[in-house]
Formats: sequence, C-alpha cells, structure tokens
Amino acid sequence: MNSNTSVQVINCGKTFEDGTQALQPINLEIKGGETLVLLGPSGCGKTTLLRIIAGLETLDAGGQVLFNGEDVSHLPVEKRNIGMVFQSYALFPNMTVRDNIGYGLKVRRQSLADRQTRIQEMLAMMHIENLAERQISQLSGGQRQRVALARAIAVRPKVLLLDEPLTALDALLRERLRVEIDTLLRSLGITAIYVTHDQSEAMALADRIVVMSNGRIAQQGTPREIYQQPSNSFVADFIGTANKINGRMTDQGFEVEGVVLPKSILNVVGGNSTSANPIQTQAIFRPEDTEIVSQDQAHFNGQVASTFFMGDRTRLLVDGISESPIIVETTFKQEISIGTEISIRIKDQGLMLLPDELIEDLPKEIVEKTEQ
Amino acid sequence: MQQAVIPKLILMMLPMAIIFLAFFLVPMAQLAVVGASGEQGLAAYASIINTPRHLQSMIATVMLSAVVTLAALVVATIAGLFLVRNEFPGRQTLIALLTFPLAFPGVVIGFLVILIGGRQGLVGDISKALTGDKLVFAYSMVGLFVGYLYFSIPRVILTIMAAAEKLDPALEEAARSLGAPTWRVVYDIILPALKPGLIASGAICFATSMGAFGTAFTLATKIDVLPMTIYTEFTLNANIAGAATLSIVLGVVTWLALFIARSLSGSTVAASG
Ligand SMILES: Nc1ncnc2c1ncn2[C@@H]1O[C@H](COP(=O)(O)OP(=O)(O)OP(=O)(O)O)[C@@H](O)[C@H]1O
Ligand SMILES: [Mg+2]
Repeated sequence: MNSNTSVQVINCGKTFEDGTQALQPINLEIKGGETLVLLGPSGCGKTTLLRIIAGLETLDAGGQVLFNGEDVSHLPVEKRNIGMVFQSYALFPNMTVRDNIGYGLKVRRQSLADRQTRIQEMLAMMHIENLAERQISQLSGGQRQRVALARAIAVRPKVLLLDEPLTALDALLRERLRVEIDTLLRSLGITAIYVTHDQSEAMALADRIVVMSNGRIAQQGTPREIYQQPSNSFVADFIGTANKINGRMTDQGFEVEGVVLPKSILNVVGGNSTSANPIQTQAIFRPEDTEIVSQDQAHFNGQVASTFFMGDRTRLLVDGISESPIIVETTFKQEISIGTEISIRIKDQGLMLLPDELIEDLPKEIVEKTEQ
Repeated sequence: MQQAVIPKLILMMLPMAIIFLAFFLVPMAQLAVVGASGEQGLAAYASIINTPRHLQSMIATVMLSAVVTLAALVVATIAGLFLVRNEFPGRQTLIALLTFPLAFPGVVIGFLVILIGGRQGLVGDISKALTGDKLVFAYSMVGLFVGYLYFSIPRVILTIMAAAEKLDPALEEAARSLGAPTWRVVYDIILPALKPGLIASGAICFATSMGAFGTAFTLATKIDVLPMTIYTEFTLNANIAGAATLSIVLGVVTWLALFIARSLSGSTVAASG
C-alpha cells in the first residue's frame, strides 16, 4: 500500500513572477499516515504551499520536496501520484459521476473490469451509489464534494491534498462532511494535507496543525499544543479567543500593574520558565479559564461593559482591567446586567506566558497588534 | 394581464415581421417559383445533379468550405489558446491585427492573395530567385483556400478566445493531478469545453465560405465555386431559372449545415457574411 508516504518540505520558498513573495523558505515534515492541517488567515500562503507539494507550482531555487525521502521536486503533478481536492470541486462537467471517479484509473490504463470494481467501491464508500450515472450539474454541493473526494482517492494516491474542501458548503453540511472526512482519512491511513482557515475544522481533523502567517510558519504542533501553549501572540489570537495582558515576571509571579498573579495559575506546558524574567512582558488567558468569584479571591475587579448570551454560557466584556476589555465566560444562569462590578479569577494553569518576540521578526499584522 | 401582452407583442414583432416578409419570404418564394418556371419546370432542381458543371461546382464548393473550416478551427484554436494563456508585450496589438480581415470585403482579400501568390506576387518572385521556377497559386484552389482561410480565422479566433477565457484552470489541474498527460488534458478537458464555440464558429465559417463571392470573383479564372456558377448562369447565359434553382440549393445546403451544427451544440448559431 501507498498509505505511508512521508513528505518533506525543505527550504521551499515561492516568489511569483510579479515579485510577490508568497512563501518564505519553509521546512516541514509530514509523517506517513499523518493528517496535517495548514491553518492561517487569507493570503498567508497555504494554497501556495499545498500547490508546491502537489507540483502545480514551481519552487524558488534551493527548495526541495521529498516523498518518502525521494526528491520529487522536478516531477510534474501528473507524475507525483497525488490526489487533490479543490475548493471549487473541479469536477469534469462533460463526464458523469462514474466517469469522473474513473478518470484517473482510465488515464492509468487500467482494465475496464478493474475500473468498474474500483468505481463501485468508491461510490459505496462515499454513499453515492445512486448518483453514478448523473451529470455533475445535477448534483448538490455536498454531493459534488463527495464525488471530488472519491475521484481523488480512487487512484490510491501517495498523498491526499485538500484545499478548503468544505468552504463552499453550508454550516450543517460542513460539520457532517468534516466528520466523514475525518473517519475516511483515519480508515485509509493515508498521508493527508488539509488547508483551511477555519480553526474548528483544523482542531477536529488534525493530527498536527501548522499555523501560517505571511508566508511563514507561526507555530506547529498538535491541536492541544497550539491551543494551550501558543508560542506567540499571533497564534494565540488566531486560535480561539485570548485576553492579552502586559506585565513582567518576578520571583513571586506575574506582576500586572501592582497585582501579582501567583505562579500557581501559570501554565508551564511549554518551554517557558517561570523564574524571574524582567523582559517577559506578555501573558494571555482564555475566556473559559476565568471564573467569577467573591472579591477576596479575585485577581481582578472590573465592570461589565456588555454581555452576550450564548445559550450554554454567557460571554462578558469587562472594563477596567486592561486597556481593551477582558473577555470572560460564565455558566451563570441569571442575567448579569451591564455596569455590574464583578471580581474575576484566572483558573489554575490558565495564564500562558508568551515568549519574548523580536518585533522586527514578526509578520506585519502582529507588529500592528503589539503597537496598539 | 394576459390579454394586454398580446397586442404589445404584435406591435413589437411587426417591424421584424414586415422585414421578414418583404425581404425574405417573398423573394424566396419568388426565387423558388422562378426556379421552376424554366422549360424544364420543377425538374430544373435536378440540374444540380444532372449538369456535370453544376455538380462539380457544388462538390468543389462544399469541399473547399469544409477544408477551410477545419483549417481555420485548427489554426485559430491553437493560436487562440496561446493568446489567452500567455502575457507578452504587444499581445493586444496582435489580437487587434488578427481581427483586421473582418473589415475587408472579399474583393480586397482576393486582391491580397494576388499580391502574394499572383503572377507578379511575392511568392512568385521569391521562388523564382531561389529555384528559377515561378510559383503562382493565386488563381487555383490553393489561392481560394488561402483567401478564405484569411477571412475565416478572425471569425473563429474571437469565439475561441472568449470560450478559452471561461475555462476553469482548476479542471486542467485536476486532470493532471489524476495523472493525465498534456494530450489527454487537451482531448478530455479543453476540447469538450470549447466544443460549443468550435461548432458555432465552425458553422459560421462554413456558411461564409459557401456563399463567398467577392474573393472568388477576383481570383477565379480556372475555378467555379457555386456563387460564381450562379453569377455566370444569371449574367452570361441569361439562364434565370437555373440561377434561381442553384441559389435555392446553395441556401438549403448551407442552412442544413447550420441546422446540424445547432443541434449538435444546442446553442444558437447564426450565419453571417
Ligand atoms: N499567481 C500569483 N501571482 C502573484 N501572486 C500570487 C499568485 N497566487 C497567489 N499569490 C499571492 O500569494 C499570497 C499567498 O496566496 P495563497 O493563495 O497561497 O494564500 P492562501 O493562504 O491560500 O489564502 P486563502 O485562504 O485566501 O486561500 C497572496 O498574497 C497572494 O496574493
Ligand atoms: Mg487558498
């Protein structure tokens, strides 16, 4: 089986003819059978990186793509034996569903009998047996995406590449197909690279997430690592919601405007030390890592500026703690009125220190955020 | 509501109806009647088969038009795809130049062919200098072919370029990602996508070539294409019934070609020129 192809991206940069540097030289390794998600805001270079791995885009000098240690940089896409799923589906409008799924097999000159067997297998796997003879124009968005997946998988590719395959679908269908894709990738054990700008999709699907920003890798790690131990404020902001506070690390704890937050609430999963470090100036905490407490237990006091009832919980914006409002979540059943004085405590291990960042090294949007 | 629409519709269709009646139906009917009014009566319509000169001219015209259409489609498809896919300085000017022949009447095109392939033509001079033999092709089938091709290409290339611009590049990438080499991508993806445009512009090309007169008139010394035959019958032989029958036959054959093309492509095709 081809299911365990590893992919190595070495020094892969991309400068387009018009001078746009879409990708800084990037290094990345994808283990055989792993599902890697490329996550990042629009224009950060996800598609470019995916297309480089596919062989649809040429590389800047010095870059290399290896499949199972073998250099494929000079192979065109049709020789790389990959499967690709496009955001726009890119199904062939002049062929039926059956012919679309069988196209890669036909190109590979497989016998008609083998082709029919495999097509039937794919139709069954994607639950679209009844659509086999349909024209593409007669399919719904979700059905098209299933056909696109079936077509890509039918050829038993070494690597499956998916570029925002669910973005064109409505929320409910997206959720359902996401679960299906997850099950599928796991049962096939195929190496997959999945591009999305939707963090919940990334969290749900990924073995490992690579967060990208402005053509660079901002952080890579398991979904848990990325969420619980973001290595810079860009990742912290992009994944989930983060409250940022400025202060400094002392022997007692993290000091914010005279208040010392004890070391017990510090999250030390990553490589950050909790020893005194006067340069350490930034920390973040998530809304769900806060609780509303009585004043004597509080870390901060503030006034409720606005409230958002979200059903299972209420999200509060609290003024008077930091320059920008702090976001807090509570499962209180009662309504909290605007202007109420509340006391907030950060749960144990809820405060994450961000490593020092050299500002000139950071992508522009982070610098802007830091300067605010 | 329903009743208000009908008078409006009649009013709006009236000019069209008058034109259709006055300049199409009536003359056509007359043509058909005139055609059957000769000594032979309705049998005149069989002349296209019975008269060897007419039959030959018919066959020559259809063959020429078919070959010109095919050549124009091939040349224009390759050039059109290239023009759509490549950016280079002077691209816009080149496209404008390619459509230049649209402005010329057939006489001018015939004249141009003579300038190239005539007795004092460029090709003749060059071939004489090189081999000692003077190559003259303007007054043969080759000359007609060159002239017809010249005015057919712009008609095709604009349609092809419009269709090629609408091609989704992701379709080709998808085919390649599935392992398809270039020729398969062209055959399986690009040509099917261009098919309606190819059929539409091919039909126009064919119809124009069938009816082209100016170029043939300027060049024709040895060749008889159908419009020329009609002209000869009408002016020189004063065989008005014969000219009328040939006109009807020419019209029917061309219309048939357009009809087949339209049913193949499913879209509307109009003859012009
Ligand atoms: N053919 C091209 N020529 C020039 N610049 C390009 C080209 N393709 C992409 N870019 C630029 O490269 C950068 C990265 O583009 P890319 O498509 O990889 O982003 P992305 O992360 O996939 O974004 P999105 O989420 O919007 O799809 C962008 O700034 C884009 O404008
Ligand atoms: Mg993209």
